[in-house]
Amino acid sequence: MSHPLGGATAIVGLGITPQGKVYGNTPVGFAVDAVRLALEDAGLERTDLDGLLLNPGLAWSDMGMGSFQLQQAMGLRNLRLSATMNLGGATACAMIQHAAQAIAAGLCTTVACVFSDAPLKPPRAGGERSSSGSAYGFVRGWEAAYGYFGVNAMYALVARRHMHRYGTTQDHLGAVAVAQRRWANLNPAAQLHEQTLTLAEYHASRWIVEPFHLFDCCLVSNGGLAVIVTGRERARDTPKPPVYIRGMAQGHLGGDPSDTLALGDVDVVELYDCYTFTVLVTLEDYAFCAKGEGGPFAAEHATGPGGRLALNTGGGQLSSFYMWGMTPVSEGVIQVRGEGGRRQVPKHDVALVSGNGGVLSTHATLVLAREPS
Amino acid sequence: MTATSAKPLPQMTREMAPFWEAARRHQLIVQRCRGCGAYRFPARDLCSRCLSREAEWAPASGRGAVFSYAVMHQVYHPGFAAEVPYAVVVVELEEGARLVSNLVDCPPGEIEIGMPVEVVFEDVAPEVTLPKFRARRAGR
Repeated sequence: MSHPLGGATAIVGLGITPQGKVYGNTPVGFAVDAVRLALEDAGLERTDLDGLLLNPGLAWSDMGMGSFQLQQAMGLRNLRLSATMNLGGATACAMIQHAAQAIAAGLCTTVACVFSDAPLKPPRAGGERSSSGSAYGFVRGWEAAYGYFGVNAMYALVARRHMHRYGTTQDHLGAVAVAQRRWANLNPAAQLHEQTLTLAEYHASRWIVEPFHLFDCCLVSNGGLAVIVTGRERARDTPKPPVYIRGMAQGHLGGDPSDTLALGDVDVVELYDCYTFTVLVTLEDYAFCAKGEGGPFAAEHATGPGGRLALNTGGGQLSSFYMWGMTPVSEGVIQVRGEGGRRQVPKHDVALVSGNGGVLSTHATLVLAREPS
Repeated sequence: MTATSAKPLPQMTREMAPFWEAARRHQLIVQRCRGCGAYRFPARDLCSRCLSREAEWAPASGRGAVFSYAVMHQVYHPGFAAEVPYAVVVVELEEGARLVSNLVDCPPGEIEIGMPVEVVFEDVAPEVTLPKFRARRAGR
């Protein structure tokens, strides 16, 4: 079964700024840098862009009309598509879908899809370390009276319920963290590239919110990431191998992933991993295993380098960097192009990418491929 | 100031005011839709099931079971510094609504999903009482 827009558009440019504890830049500045890098990668000029979609991270906070702010900062003119989107971690895949749809409909030709954030503050004088968690430790109204703070706790409640209902264990969660760290150890761009992780070290790491240890939780990164989407004809003239958008779907509170390809046709899988738990539940709901079997699946060492399923091959948000949904998108592009270096998956014709936002609230999926059909 | 009073007090909103006023009287009430009869928490203006704007406050039994829990190890607010690790629980009431709360007299290690609980009231400030829960023994 093929998607009606399958292969009509492609990702032709990828721009990733330095990631992590990178200080001295603003959210807008990171976004500009990412778009410039993506244009350079695509062999295009600013004037080639006629569409701009922006997912503002937390540090954009009250800055309204973000895509227009970015447009002004970059001196872009005559855009025919502009929008600021926020579906949380599902935004990246959704932006690329809307870019593909607008291009296929003839509304515009070349769209930059951008995420940036700068939630990390420089370490304070006196040697105090910067806190990576505080930006996501927000309070919601009356719940603060009960000590209920932050996204970690929201996901922890869901994970604990899953453990109760399906028998998922701490070892299962740890298996995801360990497998992804092994991938990150092969990825020089990963923030935790140099640091190995064993299951014993996982268990010994400090608790954040039980059942989540430190290494169950994604990193927090300053940085920007952009991709350039264009039509199939134009994609043929760009310097890098085009990464065709073969399938797309969204499901907000439910829904099925893209049915463009059977799962057996997928070579590389990049699943949104704000927590180890999110990976397990996505493996289940995408039917890589039966419902409730995500933990045992991961614990069979099926998902690390050399495993049965090439999953989160850059180390993901847990071990590489956290650009919301742009992290899995970028690794999907790198793998399909064959630019993965030591972590490159030998067969890389088709990549499946997922995005998840809120607390398992919003969801979007992309199928990326080396060939348009 | 005591450690207890240093904790954040619940944000008083128009929608939730009747809940907190009842809690001060040591009563647990939950909003119920007049259109479809569904209980909902927290309170809001619109029923997401039937879209009715008509709602009432109904007394709840105060009995329920632990639906899930998370044990907080980080100090997000200084008022909780002396209590980490402490548990946040989701209690599913017999009426069906789910509340975020805490268990009293129950260390985090003894919490189990499904354990029966009943409401207790903790007066945390002259004007503010928090409904919390404790393990319910057989026959109660």
